[in-house]
Amino acid sequence: MGRAILLDKVNIPGIRAFEVYREHGGYKPAGKALLGMTPAQVQQEVIKSGLRGRGGAGFPTGLKWSFLDRKSDKPRYLVCNADESEPGTFKDRYLMEKLPHLLIEGLILSSYALGVKTCYIYIRGEFKYLVGILETAIHEAKKNNYLGEKILGTDFSLEIYVHPGAGAYICGEETALLESLEGKRGNPRIKPPFPAYKGLYDCPTVVNNVETLATVTSIISMGGDAYSKLGIGKSTGTKLMSACGNINNPGVYEIEMGLPVEDFIYSEEYCGGIKNDRMLKAVIPGGSSVPILPADLILNTAKGQPRLLTYESLAEGEFISGSMLGSGGFIVFDENACIVRNTWNLTRFYRHESCGQCSPCREGTGWMEKILYRIEHGQGRMSDIDLLVRIAKNIEGNTICPLGDAAAWPVASAIRHFRKEFEAHIK
Amino acid sequence: MNTGNSVNHHLFVRENKAVSFSDETLEKVRSLIRRYPEGRQKSALLPVLHIAQEELGGFLSVDTMDYVASLLNLNPIEVYEVATFYSMFYLDKMGKYVLEVCHTGPCAICGGEDVLQHIRDYLHIETGETTPDGMFTLKEVECLGACGNGPVMQVNTEFYEHMTARQVEKVIEDLRQKQGEEGTSKGWAEQFS
Repeated sequence: MGRAILLDKVNIPGIRAFEVYREHGGYKPAGKALLGMTPAQVQQEVIKSGLRGRGGAGFPTGLKWSFLDRKSDKPRYLVCNADESEPGTFKDRYLMEKLPHLLIEGLILSSYALGVKTCYIYIRGEFKYLVGILETAIHEAKKNNYLGEKILGTDFSLEIYVHPGAGAYICGEETALLESLEGKRGNPRIKPPFPAYKGLYDCPTVVNNVETLATVTSIISMGGDAYSKLGIGKSTGTKLMSACGNINNPGVYEIEMGLPVEDFIYSEEYCGGIKNDRMLKAVIPGGSSVPILPADLILNTAKGQPRLLTYESLAEGEFISGSMLGSGGFIVFDENACIVRNTWNLTRFYRHESCGQCSPCREGTGWMEKILYRIEHGQGRMSDIDLLVRIAKNIEGNTICPLGDAAAWPVASAIRHFRKEFEAHIK
Repeated sequence: MNTGNSVNHHLFVRENKAVSFSDETLEKVRSLIRRYPEGRQKSALLPVLHIAQEELGGFLSVDTMDYVASLLNLNPIEVYEVATFYSMFYLDKMGKYVLEVCHTGPCAICGGEDVLQHIRDYLHIETGETTPDGMFTLKEVECLGACGNGPVMQVNTEFYEHMTARQVEKVIEDLRQKQGEEGTSKGWAEQFS
């Protein structure tokens, strides 16, 4: 199932440079679209492709684009979400470092489709070195008339700027990101209004993830219909998976949607099995926010079907026995890993990253962290386990943004599947 | 390491000295402001604070924040509230090298906790402290987005990956040797074309 669509050029020496990228077919899709297609046709290809947001939510990209307020006379913005901060996720960093022009070309195509003249790449501040890499790529594209005024002699003009964040997970939430881009604290906004109507500077705005926007280049290159034939059902195309934890080959892999999880974990082509020949204990398949699954439920669904790397298969059984594809941040735990310690660790993360606006999240994450800390350190009470479940339930769905859910799910799922381990810590 | 009169219960450090960017950096700041629509110069705050922290003493003193406020035509409070929100901004004097060690899940299950403890033992400092010679400050940070190469740390925003106890000792000793030399990595101002 290994299939290089996004990463087909990744091993070409010097591919980061404009000339090398163009020699290998780069910027052909941009030329094809700007000189031969209308913006509506470009959007139509993206709709036909079935592409879904690769940042974690999996919302259909073409549909998101169709919400953009096109009646407004205000400028429209495209913002590329490069604030990759979800623990276990490092695919966008890889993509930007290796193939910056693939992203720039995706931004040109998407901006053309959306009628955008200014695009910002909001990148997490810790990726400082990537700011220079992206700015160089933008400079090269501009010198070659793929950016700037009257691109390729058409009436389409576009500027792209890189904007660094400064260390705040919450800014990956699209409205917090927009606040941050406006020079403010990253407090998520109450929705509606959605960014498609009131986004950056109160103007119509689309925010998409790096991988999503880079994929637009592949879609225009091969055509939306051809792209939609990859994968299974509503999980079309390929996905970048970033694999880490107790495995032999951590790294970023492009898989065609539908690859069995078992193949992904044990095949030499991907994770290469569990390190030191240990047994698989659990997996968090889509970044730290999605439910953790024990070995038997990550390899097969509760109904006994092989679990596949698709949005639907990973969600099969909902939160009783399933999880989510999320961002594709695939964290593998071996038999020696302590689920209680890891749950405490991740809850500390969410407590630190909560922006503090909503009390269920601000107070709840801190409360859960304290309880998990005392369980991990041998001072827990049996009643703590159900108390954790109750707190998680009271956070979930009761906050402005999904950070509250993201903090609640790991705790709820760890207790659901590993209650005995929590009890053993307390006894 | 509190070096001056502080306001607001030592949250901020005021040094009572005039700070300013070089002419070259000022030109860069002006070009950054032009990236945003007219009247939206506040958008340049994060990038300008990165440059300020790097070029004006390694942390954001009240003097520096007030200076940035004046450059962007903002009220000082607008800068303070942002500087206190984002974890990359330091409000107190730091060591020459800030060792920021990831302590989040994926790094922790790959030996990150041992690496962190080894740094504490090796430098005889706790998290948040600076060595007496002012060379190293140890910080624990949340996920740095390099989980496949864990354990990970950043030193002055440069990535150091696949850390082991021996590796971090080597990194620390190499940095000691480098003392006084200019770093090879590009600064914030140079990242922007």
